[in-house]
Amino acid sequence: MSDSPIALEHHLEPHQQHHFVDMEQQKHAASLGMWLFLATELMFFGGMFCAYLIYRWSYPVEFGVGSRTLNLPLGAANTAVLICSSLTVALSIRATQMGKRTLTVVLLLLTMVFGLTFLVIKGFEWNEKYEKHHIPGASFRLSAEDLKGVNVDPQQMQDFQARTQTFYSLYFAMTGLHALHMIIGVGLFLYLTYAAWKGQYGPAYYTPLENGGLYWHFVDIVWIYLFPLLYLIDRNLQK
Amino acid sequence: MATTANFTAERENYLNANYGVRSWLLTTDHKRIALLYLASITFFFFVGGFFALMIRLELLTPAGDLVMADTYNKLFTMHGQIMVFFFLIPSIPATLGNFLVPMMIGAKDLAFPRINLISWYLYIIGGTLMMHCVLTGGVDTGWTFYTPFSTAFSNTKVIEAGLAIFINGFSSILTGLNFVVTVHRMRAPGMTWTRLPLFIWSTYATSVIFLLGTPVIAITLLLVVFERAFHLGIFDPNRGGDPLLFQHLFWFYSHPAVYIMILPAMGVISEIIPCFSRKRVFGYNFIAMSSIAIAVFGFLVWAHHMFVAGISLYSALVFSALSYLVAVPSAVKVFNWTATMYKGSVTFSTPMLYAFGFIGLFTIGGLTGLFLAALGLDVHVHDTYFVIAHFHYIMVGGAVMGFLGGMHFWWPKISGKLYPEAWGRLAAAIVFIGFNLTFFPQFVLGYMGMPRRYWQYPPEFQVLNVLSTAGSTILAVGYLLPMVYFTWSLRYGKPAGNNPWGAAGLEWQTQSPPTTFNFDEIPIVTQEAYDYENIPAPEEVPLER
Amino acid sequence: MSSEKSEHSDHILPSGLYWGIWALLIVLTFVTAWVANIDLGRFNTVVALVIATFKASVVVLFFMHVKYTSEKLTKVVIFSAIFFLVILLSLSMADYASRLMN
Repeated sequence: MSDSPIALEHHLEPHQQHHFVDMEQQKHAASLGMWLFLATELMFFGGMFCAYLIYRWSYPVEFGVGSRTLNLPLGAANTAVLICSSLTVALSIRATQMGKRTLTVVLLLLTMVFGLTFLVIKGFEWNEKYEKHHIPGASFRLSAEDLKGVNVDPQQMQDFQARTQTFYSLYFAMTGLHALHMIIGVGLFLYLTYAAWKGQYGPAYYTPLENGGLYWHFVDIVWIYLFPLLYLIDRNLQK
Repeated sequence: MATTANFTAERENYLNANYGVRSWLLTTDHKRIALLYLASITFFFFVGGFFALMIRLELLTPAGDLVMADTYNKLFTMHGQIMVFFFLIPSIPATLGNFLVPMMIGAKDLAFPRINLISWYLYIIGGTLMMHCVLTGGVDTGWTFYTPFSTAFSNTKVIEAGLAIFINGFSSILTGLNFVVTVHRMRAPGMTWTRLPLFIWSTYATSVIFLLGTPVIAITLLLVVFERAFHLGIFDPNRGGDPLLFQHLFWFYSHPAVYIMILPAMGVISEIIPCFSRKRVFGYNFIAMSSIAIAVFGFLVWAHHMFVAGISLYSALVFSALSYLVAVPSAVKVFNWTATMYKGSVTFSTPMLYAFGFIGLFTIGGLTGLFLAALGLDVHVHDTYFVIAHFHYIMVGGAVMGFLGGMHFWWPKISGKLYPEAWGRLAAAIVFIGFNLTFFPQFVLGYMGMPRRYWQYPPEFQVLNVLSTAGSTILAVGYLLPMVYFTWSLRYGKPAGNNPWGAAGLEWQTQSPPTTFNFDEIPIVTQEAYDYENIPAPEEVPLER
Repeated sequence: MSSEKSEHSDHILPSGLYWGIWALLIVLTFVTAWVANIDLGRFNTVVALVIATFKASVVVLFFMHVKYTSEKLTKVVIFSAIFFLVILLSLSMADYASRLMN
């Protein structure tokens, strides 16, 4: 910061908003703002993780049953897809830092492709759940196949099936909210790709891209936790 | 623009810089946004106040003879929801906070002016949805939305109310985000952390709670909405759902929420007391750190709302002990404010009257909180009027008095006009008397066993209920008076100078009302805060003759 | 105008680093799935969460550049959020776990 009073009418750099003293202040403000927003997102998903923790602790067998009915190959594939998308985001920012506009745009497009791929695979999974009557509600039921490997007293079966719905409720709530964040992310990146293609970002200024990337990585991290917590409960019992 | 007082011509300021509805609805000026919020929260104060009036009218007689029981459930629910979420939580942060934070730290605006405007629109959208809910049947779950009643059994508009509050929550989150970034990144040169006004410290602490707590109630209400809409089963006892899970998630936010409601008021008091004692604050560091401590400890005590709900005894013991701990930083503030006044030159201006009222009433409210934190006592008084009296002493005797004190203190800066001081003092006295008459009897009622949320009661409780209702009408008068004379002062009030109170703080160095960008030049700060030894007192508290 | 560069423009990381992190994350994903098929009793969950936390840390440190930032506040924000989430999870869980002790 300079030592002399800063006059009202000062030279504004490109992209600089008037209430900031200089671009560095603006960039630091934007970055802190995005990190704080991610902190709120952590608490937002965190509430559901709390529900998950309590119910998994309370109903471990039911959760195991539910988890084993999820499509593990698709879940693992989706995890890999998101990891690839984080790579392309990181590389796109690097490309911008080096002034390579075309490469930036290509990588951003790839990121969105990966994001959409994730959503399509998620759609298949949800459809599979629908067809197997695993959506909580009146038509929910577990098949004999689903209950393989678990000994449930026939008299308790109805209650057991009822309680298993807590797993699926959380599955849909958590993956649903995560998917919503993916959709928002793809929308955000549509805008960022367009702006990058228009040449708005370069080595001197790429703050929106950087902050968009932070959001995208956060959504990836949520899935990194969702995958083992939802898909990998007592998988060894399937043998 | 000259910053010396000039009473002959109207100088350009943030109010007359542009005219027209669009210039207000599309403004990014933090001061205009503060006024947009002020108008909105005042509207909701009336709505919530209307429900309060209806409750007190019903409770004039032991029989349930004014409204039906189901209607009464709606009255106390909507009174609570509107007062908590649409009035108290935004009140000081979104009005005084928005107005003052940039000016107090020497900035031209908040870090994210457009997000500031968006936060107001989110508030309006949530508020509109809430009003629609109110006008088309309302909701009867209690402001606490306990499951499974709210998810499975209530026949009222739970989804709508839940969504309204959910949307409103994002308004809070964005406001908090803006404040934290602004305080970290936009302080003027020389404005170190330890030179910040204490109002900034408490606003900062409040903002931390906004950021960390609000998302949890957002997801909790969203889950309630999903449950009702899609029959998920997360809270359905028939499908393994646990009512206590909801309560843990709900109170994890809603307890820190009460600190959202009180911390900004404490910040206001910390500004008023040194000014009207002409003395620097005693124990600045302690007051600053206590704000942070309240914010942090406030997240550790939520299950004291659940002592009789079925949590484990060990859990209850831990939360009880932690609840005693959280009272300590609040007490520190009360001691420091008192020590600030000691050997000061005290003026009993309107803001100072509200500050005195705050200290006394907040102390009573806070101490009765300790009664409630004691497990044995809580078993006796949980869900009685004792609890209601406790939290109204804090939220009304504390937070609302702080809000009113702050409005009076900064009114000259906001409007450029002086309110009539005699009426101000009268209204403060009426508020104080009305408040105590309304809520003190409720401590007794609760201790005697009158349950809360009941629309009829045994006849032996009637006298105290009548006193309480009488008090509420007096309180209503006390609240209406400032609305009248503030409005009056806009046209007929004496023009305020830059600093009618002789107060310390960068905001008082600007003109009244300030220009759109606050400062002609970003100031350089070299003084400690509350440098009252070096600030001349005004000749007299300006009194409108 | 400030003459110091922001810390970000100083750090153009080699693309090999990003690819390396990517490979690590992919491998760890398969390890997580593979270990799930082995019966470790209660440690299955522990191992899965440890790997997930390691993956998340790697994303935060390298993809989100936290390892290379000179901004301490970023780390304070991250730790604060994690801290309060842990409070929510642990104190709620402590209630449930201690009910059996009554």
